[in-house]
Amino acid sequence: MPSHLPGIASGRLAPDEYAANFLDIHPPLDHHQAVVEADRCYFCYDAPCVKACPTSIDIPLFIRQIMTDNPIGSAETILSQNILGGMCARVCPTETLCEEACVREEAEGKPVKIGLLQRYATDVLMEEQGEQPFARAPSTGKRVAVVGAGPAGLAAAHRLAMHGHDVVIYDARPKAGGLNEYGIAAYKAPDDFAQKEVDFVLSIGGITVEHGKAIGRDVELSDLRKGYDAVFLGMGLAGVNALGLENEDLAGVADAVDYIAELRQATDLSTLPVGARVVVVGGGMTAIDVAVQSKRLGARDVTVVYRRGQEKMGASGYEQDLAQTDGVVIRHNAKPSRLLTEDGRVAAIEFEETMEDGGRLVGTGVTFTLPADTVFKAIGQTLVPAALNGSAETIALDGGKIRVDDERRTTLPGVWAGGDCAATGEDLTVAAVADGRIAAESIHRALSSVAA
Amino acid sequence: MANLASSFVGIKSPNPFWLASAPPTDKAYNVVRAFKDGWGGVVWKTLGTDPPVVNVSGPRYGAIHSNDRRLIGLNNIELITDRPLDVNLREIKEVKRDWPDRALVVSLMVPCEEHYWKDILAKVEDTEADGVELNFGCPHGMSERGMGAAVGQVPEYVEMVTRWCKQHTRMPVIVKLTPNISDIRTSARAAHNGGADAVSLINTINSIIGVDIDNFAPIPTVDGKGSHGGYCGPAVKPIALNMTAEIARDPQTRDLPISGIGGITTWRDAVEFMALGAGNVQVCTAAMTYGFRIVQEMITGLSEYMDKHGFTSVDEIVGRAVGNVTDWKYLNLNYVAKAKIDQDACIKCGRCHIACEDTSHQAITSMLDGVRHFEVIDAECVGCNLCVNVCPVENCITMEQMVDGVDPRTGYAITGEYANWTTHKNNPMAAPAAVVEPAE
Repeated sequence: MPSHLPGIASGRLAPDEYAANFLDIHPPLDHHQAVVEADRCYFCYDAPCVKACPTSIDIPLFIRQIMTDNPIGSAETILSQNILGGMCARVCPTETLCEEACVREEAEGKPVKIGLLQRYATDVLMEEQGEQPFARAPSTGKRVAVVGAGPAGLAAAHRLAMHGHDVVIYDARPKAGGLNEYGIAAYKAPDDFAQKEVDFVLSIGGITVEHGKAIGRDVELSDLRKGYDAVFLGMGLAGVNALGLENEDLAGVADAVDYIAELRQATDLSTLPVGARVVVVGGGMTAIDVAVQSKRLGARDVTVVYRRGQEKMGASGYEQDLAQTDGVVIRHNAKPSRLLTEDGRVAAIEFEETMEDGGRLVGTGVTFTLPADTVFKAIGQTLVPAALNGSAETIALDGGKIRVDDERRTTLPGVWAGGDCAATGEDLTVAAVADGRIAAESIHRALSSVAA
Repeated sequence: MANLASSFVGIKSPNPFWLASAPPTDKAYNVVRAFKDGWGGVVWKTLGTDPPVVNVSGPRYGAIHSNDRRLIGLNNIELITDRPLDVNLREIKEVKRDWPDRALVVSLMVPCEEHYWKDILAKVEDTEADGVELNFGCPHGMSERGMGAAVGQVPEYVEMVTRWCKQHTRMPVIVKLTPNISDIRTSARAAHNGGADAVSLINTINSIIGVDIDNFAPIPTVDGKGSHGGYCGPAVKPIALNMTAEIARDPQTRDLPISGIGGITTWRDAVEFMALGAGNVQVCTAAMTYGFRIVQEMITGLSEYMDKHGFTSVDEIVGRAVGNVTDWKYLNLNYVAKAKIDQDACIKCGRCHIACEDTSHQAITSMLDGVRHFEVIDAECVGCNLCVNVCPVENCITMEQMVDGVDPRTGYAITGEYANWTTHKNNPMAAPAAVVEPAE
């Protein structure tokens, strides 16, 4: 097969190889496997796994419900805390969350497969029952605007709708789901799961989604504050950090998130061009996702270069192992210093090796050059505050993100925020869902007390 | 390799592991396979009168499983052999001829009239089998016809039939007892009074193993209906062990040989039965679950155990624990133990805490200085052992005897003196001086 094709090319693989390479990375458990795995749970008291879960799902209970052949009840336990429990089961870095905390990890280095069990239960509910187990409370007549139809926005909208409020979600993209739809690696959520889950969440009713409406472009925060009883901001991070090199707009240099989005929306992966020699700059989940997917599309050499040591990488150990198993090379302690061009395209990228000097990262002066027809930037996304702070009152930021309190209230009255755009915890789907739910409960309390 | 040779009521076998009378011993084909795998003996599946009984052609077994489908308990509604008597007798004779070093005992169940027993005993003697076992235990089907457990539940019948059999045969007579009674000692004494050479126990426990909760019928379900059956397998072992011990320590039956049956799956189970007084053991469910080859594990396990303890004969194990089985009233009330948690082994699941907190004595912490930490509070611990049993880590929690000082729970000094309920001040029937357990 033409994987030897130089430069950027599509169709590097045989047709069936695409399907095989982008299969479900964690095949689901069948009924027997789920019941046997569930039996491994010790039903701990004050369980460490629950504490490790940003959405505080009652994990021992939902596992016991699987063990007793009650997967629907199990799914209800999960979804009552995390309405995107199906996606979280697929994309959560469980090895650094619930499964790391599992006492069987300490006992024998083999935690209960909590993520796969969560997927089992939620799959059964979504496939067998179809409809969601939650119903709307009687209408309150209150209206809430939600900005962003990603995990935070969907979770907030669902909880608000449950409480009887009417919700309008504004989203910049043509499809809802946010990074679940445009950002997650394809092999983590195949079979259009993100859209199925969006439909599942919205089926509660009382939620309208306005597509193609970006904040700061099509809608203004000040107008939303005037037109609604409350506003939740969950639009994620629209900006991408630059490498800070000359010629960064050179052909062949791209944002990893854009490429991943393109890949996720491609109906035929064999038509998606990919380089032969791909260099990824960064050390987080996005870096790994773009590297592995490039490799699986047929790129010959894929190298991830991270400016600090391995222990500082944002990507989990599991993700790093996955990349290396797929043949991705990960190099540490080097930062990009120069893009080399040929015929107006990138041809190589030069790195300078680094070292830590009292916690500060310094270049050593030693350089190396990697040939590259593609350079992906994956060194983080940023909030674009101009979208929020137009001519109206400004919203306070914290480290470049929206400042929020424990209830996810921003410094602007009537405005809450959560997910990646808010200065809360980690940039994880599950953390965004937690933010959305917490904010929705806070909004509900605020709107209820106004009514009272 | 220790010498495992066994002689049970004069019946010799190369090891004490026999297959119990049950489906695995219904015909020569199975029995020969068992002997090839190393079983020391078999009790041939129960023979009856012709015409043979008819079994259901639907499901005969139901089971209790762990979640990974380990079979914990099995229940059956199969009757005695459904093959013609002469076929069984011919095969028994051939097998005994071909396998002279193995024990071959024949299980019998015929109506409660002397001539039936006299007649069938003569036929079994012709096969040169080593002995007979009287099936007074089968709790399903045959009991409706006045046989099996219907006999075993009436001590007078047990004694009467046993006596007939002893009169009409030279062969050793083993009486198989049903556990479906209120006091096993009554049945054992009846067999003993009738002249039995030994008893074997337990037969299966009357049971409904489950209910199909969609179709509302007992399991196993035959055309929409179910019937009570006989329960066996690992789950019944504790019941069988107790009944074995009760007979072994009963002054009236203490010398009566016992063939132990009930959930024996490994060599350890066998040793436990033998320590409580069984001269040998019989196995069925384990073989039906895993096949005959398990006997090889049992043989090597018993051998290693005997070598480790310096036992040169299996008889040295028999009854070794009987002297330590006593009545509750003789237990030492001055013995004090406290649970101790090995903090290095603890995986912090918290099960000891919640079990103690919710259901026992509030004697285990869950937090210490704001950190998840499980530790026994000696001033509350009654030494009940619940935490040990619910802890998923073996040997993480142990019961440590207090040998001196003061029990912080009761404030009483540890004296090391033995004192039991018979003299306790709270006992309205207390004797002036402690009654020590009778020596015999």
